[in-house]
Amino acid sequence: MTHIYAYIPFSNGAAEDVAMEFSSAAKKIDEGAAVTAVLTGSGADLEKVAQEMTSLYAEVIKIDNADMAYPNAEVVRKALVAVLPTGAVLLVPHTTFGMDLGPGLSVRMDAAYAADIIDFEGMDATTLKGVRQELGGAVSTHVTIDVASGAVITIRPGAFAPVEGGAAGGCVIDKSGDAGDLSTNRKFLELVEAEVGDVDITKSDVLVSIGRGIEDEDNIEVAQELAEAMNAVVSCSRPIVDAKWLEKSRQVGTSGQTVKPKVYMAMGISGSFQHMGGVKGNPFIVAVNKNPKAPIFQVADVGIVEDILDFMPELAEAVNDL
Amino acid sequence: MEILVCVKRVPDTAENEFELNSSGNDLDRDDLVYSVNEWDNYAVEEAIQIVDKVGGSVTVITVGDDESEEVLRREMAMGANHGILLTDDAFEGSDGKGIATILKAEVEKGSYDLILSGAQADEGAGQVGGMLAAMLDMPYASLVNKIEPGDGKIVVGREIEGGNQEMNEMDLPCVLSIQTGINEPRYVGIRGIRKVASVEIPEKSASDLGIDAASVGSEGALTKRVDYFVPDLGDGAEMLEGSTDEIIEKLIEKLKAKGGL
Ligand SMILES: Cc1cc2nc3c(=O)[nH]c(=O)nc-3n(C[C@H](O)[C@H](O)[C@H](O)COP(=O)(O)OP(=O)(O)OC[C@H]3O[C@@H](n4cnc5c(N)ncnc54)[C@H](O)[C@@H]3O)c2cc1C
Ligand SMILES: Nc1ncnc2c1ncn2[C@@H]1O[C@H](COP(=O)(O)O)[C@@H](O)[C@H]1O
Repeated sequence: MTHIYAYIPFSNGAAEDVAMEFSSAAKKIDEGAAVTAVLTGSGADLEKVAQEMTSLYAEVIKIDNADMAYPNAEVVRKALVAVLPTGAVLLVPHTTFGMDLGPGLSVRMDAAYAADIIDFEGMDATTLKGVRQELGGAVSTHVTIDVASGAVITIRPGAFAPVEGGAAGGCVIDKSGDAGDLSTNRKFLELVEAEVGDVDITKSDVLVSIGRGIEDEDNIEVAQELAEAMNAVVSCSRPIVDAKWLEKSRQVGTSGQTVKPKVYMAMGISGSFQHMGGVKGNPFIVAVNKNPKAPIFQVADVGIVEDILDFMPELAEAVNDL
Repeated sequence: MEILVCVKRVPDTAENEFELNSSGNDLDRDDLVYSVNEWDNYAVEEAIQIVDKVGGSVTVITVGDDESEEVLRREMAMGANHGILLTDDAFEGSDGKGIATILKAEVEKGSYDLILSGAQADEGAGQVGGMLAAMLDMPYASLVNKIEPGDGKIVVGREIEGGNQEMNEMDLPCVLSIQTGINEPRYVGIRGIRKVASVEIPEKSASDLGIDAASVGSEGALTKRVDYFVPDLGDGAEMLEGSTDEIIEKLIEKLKAKGGL
């Protein structure tokens, strides 16, 4: 039987959604696995979330230390190395925190590392089979993970079905005393909130969202004209913001805005999970892309293989003529 | 400041339609267009800008085959001062830890104040930078979108969910993975590439680096890719076909039904 540990991040006293997804991910690794939730933090928030996790996990480890009041991955890594047993298989979300924590943790634990896993296909002795994607989601791969001496595995948020709070009747084990010296050479200073832009894309029912397929800053006008015709707002993928063609507040995705429109028009967007992670509420997704193999066509409702620079003006004209 | 930037040659996602080879165990690589990993250009640009401000030099390094030399030259055309190619048949099939192990061996032969990697590369792992930091026992920060160099310390901003930024103070030397958007990487023209065409780029093998070949490559890998496949994700999108006019007509009907018009 495998012993799996699930690191549960939380903020403002609420566990992240992955808390419910990790239990089903663990079952897919090994149906009979013992699963222990691990939480780090400080004070009442930590205590509250740890108690809540006892409904999902039979065992909940909490490590309370003022140095982890803000989850500085450098500090959390030290605490986990001190507390987790050798050979532990640890699940961490593939988020900006997990990406910060995980790779170095696997080195410190002398364990395997597998990033951004979206599915498991069972374990054979100590070889675990996982599924992940490469090249921005254009291709999928099977990987084998040798977990004989443990593993750190980051799990894509949303990839595993959430398990609704059962009655695990678990207990909280306080391992704060085992964390040891948590001093580090990286000190958290402050959080700087994202700037608010002049347009709030989260308020629009229809978004005309452009990606790298727009090719040139001058072409953005074409998208604006379509948006005007449709009474919609222009949003975009990250490369458009990186190029400074549109402001950050128009970016859809995990590192941008979360939007819940009725209709999402993805124009020249490949459909990476970080982009689609910001598209919520199950909108009607229309994808126009000149590559018939673009991953966006796997998640869109309607797909059109065309050059957006030709297609958008024609669609705008047709809508204006209605 | 002496800065080392790790770069990787990768298939260009914007330029390729990916197909599997006939046996389905690899991409059909015959006609693939390769380039420098997008994130690495931002890392090299940042390194050049730091050196422009505080002095020092920029070295670019890669673990790869002969063809990887071209990405080193491209980054040197951007303004990196030196290039190092780590290449050996024994490196083939390395997992992230293998790559980090190889890089570590060379890092220890130099004296760098700052080591930069890209936030992630073609495999979407985002692992090599953090592993290298842990192996070198240096502090690490990922997804960095701001760097303010100071004396013996630096202040870095990490981009987190929602575009918020987490500010940290770190001791040097340290390892940072760089997120896109931190700067605007400069354009490299043919002339720039020509200028560095004859610069010597040292190549180092496993034995030059004193690496036990069994600890890297596919032999040393704990995580291995076994195949590529195209997932069966249900129905996928309903593809609208016909002339552009016909497609637009169908689309407008659907948009009306779904509240898009
Ligand atoms: C930690 C992290 C956070 C991230 N957060 C975000 C985020 O919040 N939002 C986000 O968007 N990305 C984010 N990314 C980046 C993400 O991984 C992708 O790189 C990005 O989403 C790709 O944007 P794209 O689809 O516009 O570009 P590409 O992937 O380059 O796709 C462009 C598409 O346009 C098509 N195309 C090209 N020309 C045309 C044309 N003329 N007509 C029609 N189609 C055309 C191409 O076939 C291709 O499919 C993040 C990455 C990391 C590591
Ligand atoms: N073969 C390699 N040679 C040099 N650097 C690499 C190599 N592979 C990955 N890296 C570095 O690690 C970063 C993240 O890649 P990865 O961990 O593979 O997602 C890249 O942007 C590079 O900076």
